[in-house]
Amino acid sequence: MADSKDFVAGVDSNAKKSPRRIVFITRRTSAQVKAETEDQLQSFPEVLFRTGTAIIVLAVVLVWIALMFNAPLEGLADPSHTPNPAKAPWYFLGLQELLHYFPPVVAGVMIPGLVVMALIIIPYFRVNIEADGLFQKDREYRLRIFYSVAGALSLFLLLYKSRLYNYVLGIKGEAEPLYAGLIPTLIIAGLMILASKSSPDSGTPFRRYLAARPLSYWVMTWFLFELVVLTAIGTFFRGPSWSWVWPWQSY
Amino acid sequence: MAKTFDQYFDELRGTRVWQSIFRSGTGSSTLKRALSIQQNVFLHLFSTKVRVRMLSFSATWYLGTLTLGTFIILVATGIPLMLYYHPSAPQAYADTKDLQFVVSSGMFLRNLHRWSAHAMVFLVFAHMFKVFYRGAYRTPREFNWVIGVVLLLITLLLSYTGYLLPWDQLAYWAITVGSNIASAVPVMGDKIHFLLLGGNQVNANALLRFYVLHCMILPLTAMFFVAIHFWRIRKDGGLYAHSSEPSVLRATAKEGQ
Repeated sequence: MADSKDFVAGVDSNAKKSPRRIVFITRRTSAQVKAETEDQLQSFPEVLFRTGTAIIVLAVVLVWIALMFNAPLEGLADPSHTPNPAKAPWYFLGLQELLHYFPPVVAGVMIPGLVVMALIIIPYFRVNIEADGLFQKDREYRLRIFYSVAGALSLFLLLYKSRLYNYVLGIKGEAEPLYAGLIPTLIIAGLMILASKSSPDSGTPFRRYLAARPLSYWVMTWFLFELVVLTAIGTFFRGPSWSWVWPWQSY
Repeated sequence: MAKTFDQYFDELRGTRVWQSIFRSGTGSSTLKRALSIQQNVFLHLFSTKVRVRMLSFSATWYLGTLTLGTFIILVATGIPLMLYYHPSAPQAYADTKDLQFVVSSGMFLRNLHRWSAHAMVFLVFAHMFKVFYRGAYRTPREFNWVIGVVLLLITLLLSYTGYLLPWDQLAYWAITVGSNIASAVPVMGDKIHFLLLGGNQVNANALLRFYVLHCMILPLTAMFFVAIHFWRIRKDGGLYAHSSEPSVLRATAKEGQ
């Protein structure tokens, strides 16, 4: 078309006067293609039956657990006698572990607040919609950013509350480096470096898998890894005064 | 020839009483089956049809369904537990002891309630990560993801408020540790802490507040959001099936050219 317009409409659009309609397909957009018709199953009764079966299997497992293991019940609540350690429910022990390192306003308010905010906004940011491998586009630029961010984060986790940190700030007392945060970060960063050196044509399926992971995958996986590690440490490796104990040690 | 279970069920669906209650009758035609979902106040939240591919275990691991399952078990065990429980200190502890040693099957009820609660927290987290890794929060499902995050927080609060109710040392100090975090909120931390507990430390007021939250406010809020959560799945085009999404269709169309 010589005309710069996308379409030319010269037909009356009143359906009563001229019942025949013509569809103009412009250059930039195409007619909506109906999503392919794929096999569907009626919810009644097949899907309901499956749902019911899944819930019954779950109920059987939970009833079995309830018959085998008793819920804990300790002595009457006593405000004058603090148990050591006093632990929150297991799903908050990751936070309690963070409280050991950071001041309450950081570990108890800022970090969980940011996590909840980050979770809520996930679907509204383009970075989470893109499904291309992180290093498949703008490789050099993205690698520079990755090395800066991962390097800064690792350095912070390495130095924070370390002996050097205490010495410089003149803090007396034992150093408690944040290895629980550092080690998962280094593992994820290592995998990301491997991903940057992989491509969709790499030899092994694992390398091809890594190469195809988008940024959102890496961030979430790092978060999940940290969450699991911190929760596990808080649950199994912390004893009196939040000191490190091995799960087989009694205290 | 003896009638099969299906025939008995179909006969039941044909009775006047059944039809008067469920507004849908007998018959296995597609229309009749669709109506039995659509005409039921609870089931109409769901789609009348589901993609076969989405029913395979690997597609969803049934995590949403199982989370609903734990919630149903928790309501079903929670209500009888309420019958034996006074939310006052120290009577609450004596009631819990009675549940363990006096009430018949009380121990079982409490065990099932507690382990199901742990299972629900775990399943909600698992569901969230599964949905994330499948990318099922993409348009038009953004807001259903947000509702999911709200449900995660409600689940944590439900579990947390329930944790105090036995009024033993474990409960008391876990809630003390947790609620102290509220004090760390800048400026109004102490006010929030006071509002949460009805006092400056965990006491009988806190127990009553947690009881009301645990048995009334939070379950009702959860049900409200769960209903929207399910309804949105239907309105947003059913369970997210990757290869029927527009971006994938475009990509395959490009390959075909």
